[in-house]
Amino acid sequence: MKFQNRLSALAAVALVASLGLTACGGNSDGASGSSGGGKTTVTFLPKNLGNPYFDTSDAGGKAAVDEFGGTYAEVGPDTATPDAQVPFINTAAQQGVDALVISADDPKAICNAIGTAQSAGTKIVTFDSDTSPDCRDLFINQATAEGIAKVQVDEIAKQIGDSGEIAILSAAANATNQNAWIELMKKDLAADHPNIKLVDTVYGNDDDQTSFDKTAALLQAHPDLKGIISPTTVGIAAAARYLSTSEYKGKVALTGLGTPNQMREYVKDGTVTSFALWNPEDLGYLAAYAAKALVDGTITGKEGDKFDAGKLGSFTVGADATVLLGDPYVFDKSNIDKFKF
Amino acid sequence: MTDLMLRPSRVSPVQRAAGTVLRSREVAVAAVLVAVILVTTLKSSSFLFSSDGWRDLLLTPCILVPLAIGQTVVIVTRNVDLSVGSVLGLTAYLTGRLFLDHPGLPIVAVFVIGMLAGAVLGAVNGVLVAFGKVPALVITLGTLYIYRGIFLTWAGSNRINASDMPEGFLNLGTASILTIPVLIIIALVVLAVVGYVLWTARGGRELYAIGSDPDAAKLYGLPVTRRVLTAFVVSGALAGLAGVVYTARYGTVSSGAGYGIELQAVGAAVIGGVAIFGGSGTVWGAAIGAFLLVTINRALPIVGIQDFWQQAVVGALIICAVVLDRVLSVRQARRLVEARELS
Repeated sequence: MKFQNRLSALAAVALVASLGLTACGGNSDGASGSSGGGKTTVTFLPKNLGNPYFDTSDAGGKAAVDEFGGTYAEVGPDTATPDAQVPFINTAAQQGVDALVISADDPKAICNAIGTAQSAGTKIVTFDSDTSPDCRDLFINQATAEGIAKVQVDEIAKQIGDSGEIAILSAAANATNQNAWIELMKKDLAADHPNIKLVDTVYGNDDDQTSFDKTAALLQAHPDLKGIISPTTVGIAAAARYLSTSEYKGKVALTGLGTPNQMREYVKDGTVTSFALWNPEDLGYLAAYAAKALVDGTITGKEGDKFDAGKLGSFTVGADATVLLGDPYVFDKSNIDKFKF
Repeated sequence: MTDLMLRPSRVSPVQRAAGTVLRSREVAVAAVLVAVILVTTLKSSSFLFSSDGWRDLLLTPCILVPLAIGQTVVIVTRNVDLSVGSVLGLTAYLTGRLFLDHPGLPIVAVFVIGMLAGAVLGAVNGVLVAFGKVPALVITLGTLYIYRGIFLTWAGSNRINASDMPEGFLNLGTASILTIPVLIIIALVVLAVVGYVLWTARGGRELYAIGSDPDAAKLYGLPVTRRVLTAFVVSGALAGLAGVVYTARYGTVSSGAGYGIELQAVGAAVIGGVAIFGGSGTVWGAAIGAFLLVTINRALPIVGIQDFWQQAVVGALIICAVVLDRVLSVRQARRLVEARELS
């Protein structure tokens, strides 16, 4: 292992030098971090900046990196378009960072850049939204797709009395995680909730303005709509803002995935009864520890590999080099004030 | 407006006025707008008749209308301002910061500061274009990225949440007077003022002269540099206004705010009959174009057209508008040539 790390460190230094950039001592130290004493450099690359969900997950990542004494950085595009992350991956590879923790905007578009980074010795961990399994080293799964789909369907069913029309307000039409969840929700609805009819799926592109306008259009287009599921934090907050100022407030149920800070106002004024999420802080925290375990050589991404993740305890790598964080969590009026993210 | 009289003596004033109205682009676009509203209302009556529907119909264009007005003022001078989306984002974030850092600041002051900030950013564009003699397309493309970069550096991953702003300001997002939303009243007042200046004031008419033939305008002694600079300042200030309005309406501002909206502003102006090479078009047309653009975006899902096709429809609309302009101008040129040969 040690030998391999030396090699990759050498490769990283050679790459940096060949590109005519100043070879940075800190980075080459970092790459051989397993030999002890050096700092592991971990860079977080969220889908886009300015998204409170990633602010929280990356804060968790920073906490973990600080705990194990590594060097933390965060970079990212301002909008979540398929290939926006490519230049950031290239830059990270040129800088020779030890590990890159990515939430992928697109499952395929960034794979080439990831390949280049890996051959420069950078370990790639995806979290929140995966790439194709063959192009990254490890995926930190926030919850199983089945669990996420089920909790949202269960919540909406509970709120609308298990019958009536519902719609989905998603992020981008090509967002990996969103589409997987939507497919499973459809199956769950067909199997267990025959009286609930999914009438429409619209895409707000994780943009406040678009999501807001799409919510308005949904309510117009489907006068009998009883509920909206928005499996994205930007979408559910924009939808809640629209609902809270409209005649549909309290009449059309809204649930999905949101963060307590963004939703607090709307839960308290009665627009939203409940919504779900895992703890993104824990997710970022786990991703950072997993990245360190990869860099150190404790794990390789093989099924059954075990590693320690600080306060979260021990985790085991599952099939397809995936690590599972746990079950989703439901927030409502009674518990929302306990959470500050 | 653009109709040239061939045989004025043979056409009665009433007929001439009727001809002008029938050929006017503003009326044509307004007719399409009315048709869109009618068809959508037939499909779902709440589009027009529910209180939310009526409010949203009037409220949704309140951001694009000021942008389209500003864009028209610039395009008329044979320039373009692509930086307005970034200016909107910056001023929207500034609005939120003002409430966070200076609680108790009157809302009117926030509007004024937002517009002044936009005007300064517009002045930077104007100085570079007017004095640097570099095409506005290139300059404002540059400032589009520079302003967005400043915004990203400033905001980082912070965002403005609804709970950061006073209730009075957020209520402005839905407040109305006699069922007319306040935000669109602001936009309409701006439209009336700018429209009047462009229509009849000396400075306004000179913008058209500059756009029709910059060299001739210069030879004639028009203050080209000053007028072009002013046009960019106006566009910046209106983008600043749109930024404040954005914050009031959506209640959240992240670093993606206003991304790509500059192209909608140009699109609205072109649909409204503003010639992209300057010298002709009105802000009335651009404002109706903006209304049409946002209303179509809201109407298509209700009529049942799939999400993915909506942008294609908007694109087709822009191309139709340009082709129509081209056909009309070719026909008019032919008629003028024929008229000259006859005389």
